[in-house]
Amino acid sequence: MKAIEVKGLKKKYRKTEAIKGVSFEVDKGELFGIIGPDGAGKTTLFRILTTLIYPDEGEARVEGLDTIKDYKEIRHIVGYMPGRFSLYQDLSVEENLTFFATVFNTTIKENYHLIEDIYKQIEPFKRRKAGKLSGGMKQKLALSCALIHKPKVLFLDEPTTGVDPVSRKEFWGMLKKLKKEGITIIVSTPYMDEAMLCDRIALISEGEIMKINSPEGIIDEYDSRLWKIRGEDMHRLLKDVREYEGTESCYAFGDSLHITLKGGEESIGGLEKFAEEKGHGKIRGEEIRANIEDCFMKLMKK
Amino acid sequence: MKKVIEAENLVKKFGDFTAVDNITFQVNEGEIFGFLGANGAGKTTAMRMLCGLSKPTSGEGRVAGYDIGKEAEKVKANIGYMSQKFSLYNDLKVWENIRLFGGIYGMGSDEIKEKTDELLKRLNFENEKNTMVKSLPLGWKQKLAFSVSIFHNPKIVFLDEPTGGVDPATRRQFWELIYEATDRGITVFVTTHYMDEAEYCDRVSIMVDGRIDALESPMKLRETYDAKNMDEVFYQLARTAKRNGG
Repeated sequence: MKAIEVKGLKKKYRKTEAIKGVSFEVDKGELFGIIGPDGAGKTTLFRILTTLIYPDEGEARVEGLDTIKDYKEIRHIVGYMPGRFSLYQDLSVEENLTFFATVFNTTIKENYHLIEDIYKQIEPFKRRKAGKLSGGMKQKLALSCALIHKPKVLFLDEPTTGVDPVSRKEFWGMLKKLKKEGITIIVSTPYMDEAMLCDRIALISEGEIMKINSPEGIIDEYDSRLWKIRGEDMHRLLKDVREYEGTESCYAFGDSLHITLKGGEESIGGLEKFAEEKGHGKIRGEEIRANIEDCFMKLMKK
Repeated sequence: MKKVIEAENLVKKFGDFTAVDNITFQVNEGEIFGFLGANGAGKTTAMRMLCGLSKPTSGEGRVAGYDIGKEAEKVKANIGYMSQKFSLYNDLKVWENIRLFGGIYGMGSDEIKEKTDELLKRLNFENEKNTMVKSLPLGWKQKLAFSVSIFHNPKIVFLDEPTGGVDPATRRQFWELIYEATDRGITVFVTTHYMDEAEYCDRVSIMVDGRIDALESPMKLRETYDAKNMDEVFYQLARTAKRNGG
């Protein structure tokens, strides 16, 4: 049995098709990423899987249970951390945690080992009201509350949005540890670099899954040759490269440009020469392996 | 070189907590200035002071030629501001949003009309003039929000995480709009959590525990910290933080 099975799922809000026929499966114990921008349908998918809304068509199972018929059982075995802060702002840190434990008929003590690493970082502030916590601490409390009943499947909807790169790394470290406890984790994120930390990912855009595979697998499937170039005046170089007749795509990536050429051209020599003529000096193209953002942009174009 | 921001020993305290701890820096005219820092490092507080929304506890600052303590209203009128959260009114049409913000910044009706047509044309939005903002795709909304924030031709525009949550292609298109704005002489002050975007800035400052611990061009920062990219630079600096913000 799979931890999650989704078949032909569709959901419309009035005229907007939030999800246009999505199917996928997640294995038990997997760390599965749903990667895509705002408005791609990530939250809708999470709300269907956590039994908060009905799909219009298709079916979804969590641990073999149907999200419509067996919603009560599902609610006992999943943990859900919604994108917006979901705790009681007027309750203290400890009161929030106790509340969630009680609702699920358990105690903080019973599963303390699961949350220990995370909770002990905020324990010094356990009498502080949740509303007065910093962003990072709120995130840790919300995760503790979603874990306190030892869920079989953990749903994290954009847990790292608006979080700085250092805190994001730390958060992913926590997820790695939870995975070792055997919990299946479904996590959504708009940050493409986080894709590499998942076992498998679904790239989602405009309500459709464009691709499902391991991150490495998705990169292996990128079938164009890709070059990287650098120059003195990057903005002008970008504009000039786009003017070059052989250019298929050209995007800025930090301190360099990523380029694909039309018709799978064998060499970037022509472009190097063109750039030199445009006054960029000696530009050297280096062939590179794609990253997830390259893949995502290529899939979006199709 | 002309300075659009001059901050000298700026401090902001809340009770006994020092959110911004004596920062001094300048932003040059026409520059793209990246303002980085971990959550809780004091970026938002510093930015609120520079926008004339919060009075410094001590220190001085001039933005767009006005004193942020004594001439806060003039500062507000001469800057642009855009954040991911607050941008446009969803229940107004595209042209109504433009009209509203133009009016708030004291532009005359004729000027607004003329510049609206020009703006819609430049963005290829002519057919969307009467569309409700809520039914625009996110990437379009962002483009519009940015254009509206510089509609009154401010000396400087403050962008607070403008690209959060958008797809990678839209994120890059957005940066092209930023470059276009600087071509027109507008100075850009931008915060972001995407470290590749830090590379697109002329200079970058990194805040740690209320202080500015580094301020250089991305290339120099990479050299100084012997890092292969800005992500590593940021990591090296931010992990020295003592505050529990993140």
